Amino acid sequence: MWENAALTITVFLPLAGAGVISLIPKAREEQARTVALLVSVLAFALSLAILGSYYLGGNSPAPGELSFEVNTEWIPAIGANFHLGIDGISLPLFVLSYLLTFLCAVYAFHHIEDPGKPKAFLALMLMLQTGMAGTFIAFDLILFFIFWELVLVPMYFLIGIWGGERREYAAIKFFLYTLFGSVFMLVAFLALYFRSGVGTFDIQELTALGAAGEFRGTFGLLAFGGIALSFAIKAPMWPFHTWLPDAHTEAPTIGSVLLAGILLKMGTYGFVRIALPILPEAAAAYAPIIAVLAVIAILYGALCCLAQTDLKRLIAFSSVGHMGFVMLGIATLTPIGINAAIFGMVAHGIITGMLFFIVGSVKDRYHTRAIAEIGGGMNQVLPRMSGLMMFVGIASLGLPGLAGFWGEMFALLAAFNPAPVLQEAGYLPLYRTLMVLGAVGTLMTAGYFLYMFQRVNQGVAPQRWRDAGLGDVSVIEWGTWLPLLILIPVLGFLPFLVTGITDAPVTELFNRVFG
Amino acid sequence: MPADVMSFDWFALAPELTLLTTALVVLLVELFLAQRHKQFVNPIAALGVLVSLGWVVALAVDGTRRTSFGQMFVVDNYALLFKVFFLGTALFVLFLSYRYFAEIRTYQGEYYFLLLSAFTGMLLMPSARDLVMIFLALELVSVPGFVMAGLRKFDLRSNEGALKFFLIGVLSVAVLLFGLSVVYGFTGTTDLAGVGAALAESEREPLLLGSILFVIVGFGFKISAVPFHFWAPDTYEGSPIPVTAFLSVASKAAGFAGLLQVCFVAFEPVADVYAPVLGVIAVLTMTLGNLTALQQRNIVRLFAYSSVAHAGYMLVPFALVRPGDVELNSAFFSAVLVYLLAYSVMNIGAFAVVTAMARQQPDRLISGYAGLGQRAPGLAIGLSLFLLSLGGVLPIVVGFWAKLYVLQATIIEPTAGAIALAAAVVVNSVIGAFYYLRLLRITWFDPPTLTDEIRPGFALNVAVAFLAAVVLAVGVYPQAFAGFAELSTLATATP
Repeated sequence: MWENAALTITVFLPLAGAGVISLIPKAREEQARTVALLVSVLAFALSLAILGSYYLGGNSPAPGELSFEVNTEWIPAIGANFHLGIDGISLPLFVLSYLLTFLCAVYAFHHIEDPGKPKAFLALMLMLQTGMAGTFIAFDLILFFIFWELVLVPMYFLIGIWGGERREYAAIKFFLYTLFGSVFMLVAFLALYFRSGVGTFDIQELTALGAAGEFRGTFGLLAFGGIALSFAIKAPMWPFHTWLPDAHTEAPTIGSVLLAGILLKMGTYGFVRIALPILPEAAAAYAPIIAVLAVIAILYGALCCLAQTDLKRLIAFSSVGHMGFVMLGIATLTPIGINAAIFGMVAHGIITGMLFFIVGSVKDRYHTRAIAEIGGGMNQVLPRMSGLMMFVGIASLGLPGLAGFWGEMFALLAAFNPAPVLQEAGYLPLYRTLMVLGAVGTLMTAGYFLYMFQRVNQGVAPQRWRDAGLGDVSVIEWGTWLPLLILIPVLGFLPFLVTGITDAPVTELFNRVFG
Repeated sequence: MPADVMSFDWFALAPELTLLTTALVVLLVELFLAQRHKQFVNPIAALGVLVSLGWVVALAVDGTRRTSFGQMFVVDNYALLFKVFFLGTALFVLFLSYRYFAEIRTYQGEYYFLLLSAFTGMLLMPSARDLVMIFLALELVSVPGFVMAGLRKFDLRSNEGALKFFLIGVLSVAVLLFGLSVVYGFTGTTDLAGVGAALAESEREPLLLGSILFVIVGFGFKISAVPFHFWAPDTYEGSPIPVTAFLSVASKAAGFAGLLQVCFVAFEPVADVYAPVLGVIAVLTMTLGNLTALQQRNIVRLFAYSSVAHAGYMLVPFALVRPGDVELNSAFFSAVLVYLLAYSVMNIGAFAVVTAMARQQPDRLISGYAGLGQRAPGLAIGLSLFLLSLGGVLPIVVGFWAKLYVLQATIIEPTAGAIALAAAVVVNSVIGAFYYLRLLRITWFDPPTLTDEIRPGFALNVAVAFLAAVVLAVGVYPQAFAGFAELSTLATATP
């Protein structure tokens, strides 16, 4: 029973919670926070139970299979099934989405941006959770698409109602960009359905067909183009990233955390789960282009970061660079690269999510995000906050021993030795050049973070901030952040906590598909 | 022509006769009602529609294929589906009309009489299997429409809209009729299946092919396809809003029903001639409709152009029809059907919200919707669902599945033309999403400019709530559509 219902319950529990919250009468609106916390704790506990039974309870499936699988007919008219399942590639991101939502629900006790309205805010946040988690466990393309699109509307409202000054512009830009990609993805999905010959949207069946060479030639290239466009916009990959700085900068803190922590990963996860396995031949053709764009993103992101005057925008651009490393790992088409990519996604979710929490709290206190106005010396004004910021910043620039290191390191390592298929095509020199450029990118990353520390944390604080009597990290903030702060060194020292889960399915999948 | 032309099957004709009788009763009763009671003809009309619906249900339960006037009038599953749909639309238009016409206090008896006459024509349309019958049905729908569009006599825009509607309408009817007469001259029959059989064997004379295009152009006016759409925005803006809902949904659906019968049955053997033409018209229609809608400040004009764009999406499957390929054609056929049903639900819903708002806001500017989310959250949620559905991008509303059916139709056998059509639909969906989203933004994010309470009244509240529920329910469980797809007997049943 638990086996069959676990994923369905865990995914739709937040949506049900959102329904419950919307029924709370207006006069008792504040209780929405308690309900949201309870729902998210319960959902997180369920996801941990799934993680636990995967790890310990012998529920880890044989390579190439899924556990907690549900597969029933859903819309026979168009051949879509309700197919949920989980494997090592999904699991880390799935659990991470529940962890971050739970922490956001805690953080909501501390602060919700103007105009308040906790009821609407938290209902939307929980709706978002269902969409995010569902994306990672859907094994039917139509179902995947539904969860994928389900994310759009709540995020649109979160940015558009609770965002900063240019919130409406940012919200519409976010929505239209993502939409533009996803309609092409939809057409490509339909094309796969008809081309498969058996009329299926099932990701596993399509993967098997793809490995058998069913989708070759021009068709494969077109289909991959449509699918990859959507994922590249979501990831975001340079040059499709321009929605991200706006959306991130204008979004409320919780919106930014979930956007950076989970939403971006939906794009890269899509590459690993759908685009590469189903269309391996086209993937090999596109991989060098993706790799080049990824390295451009790394360098471009770093340069943009150096030029930013807004703290939140700086962190947003750093995401472009970090996702560049993830994409580079994916573009090598090797198990090492993919493992590195998944690790990079998890680490980026934890670290950048945490950075956005901190920046949000800093803005709460200073009422500005402009680096020049903060004027340095946060060490003196808010010593604990400043210490945390530097710690997480250092993790983000990839210091060995902290979580940010492994993803970048192994992505570069994989680029040294890309998949045989790419080497045969004569791309080895290109990938090695890209590796060197990527390594330069890590240096630049260190550069802009140190430059940020210098301008924000160090130096002498302006008198007005010293007189302002700003409060340091509050109890709720500690409660919100502690799990992430602990995870950063833990994953740094024990990377196998993630790779141990991902390695077997990744190796199996990529050996099968790219033989 | 068969000999039993004068044999009537009264049961098969019962829905139409009921509606016609009700129309006359309404016209008479209104004369004897006191001025302040005149709006009670609305419930009488609604009762007539319900009785007619009862007859349709009885026919559906009975289940046999019935004919009257020879083979001119047929009652089969296809016809019954459309009849249920038209009568449902009629009920909602009546809901929208009740308060609106009670308040402007003009010509209520005449209005309800014309409305019911037009719906009688619509009931005839899907049953018509003969060119003459189709023409009669089309006229019966159009002529009351000309008058209804001009019912706001005190408003110059209403006069202008009605006149435009009339002139362009008459012109296109003339074109249609001319085309029909030439087709009859070549094939020697007006029976749709007979025309199909004759066309399959006859030589492809340029004059014949040209006259087929004339017929299609005639329908192009009814469904407001570019470049025959010029009347639509002005007429929509000038008409009373319930009439606008009627024109943009019911009258358009009647046009599509006729076009389906003509294109999939009579002209099917020459599909390779008309399909490319309709493909170009489809792309033009959706693109021009959407681009013009982007610039509108008046909500009715916005929905007018958006309905032009939707006609473009619905034309896409027509552009894919292939002579003789029954299996593919029936897939295209059901794509049109599904889209038409979905479009009607969401568009009537949107017009219900506009009617509700029109009482306080006679200028109907989009800016008047600012802060609707705070003023009337219920209406705003309904409007948001209809807008998301019209945008057709979110998989939990019905509009998405309709668009999926159309996209699916283009991808089944991807030729270069079909892929171009798919790309046009995709790009247009994004353009469309932009202005629907802008309205959504104004509804929820902008601070309200007016603060007075909005009281739509019972009938409108019920209409909005019910339609929103349908949009969401079918959106979550789209299998409900599948039944309709299987009803597409028209394309497969005829030789």
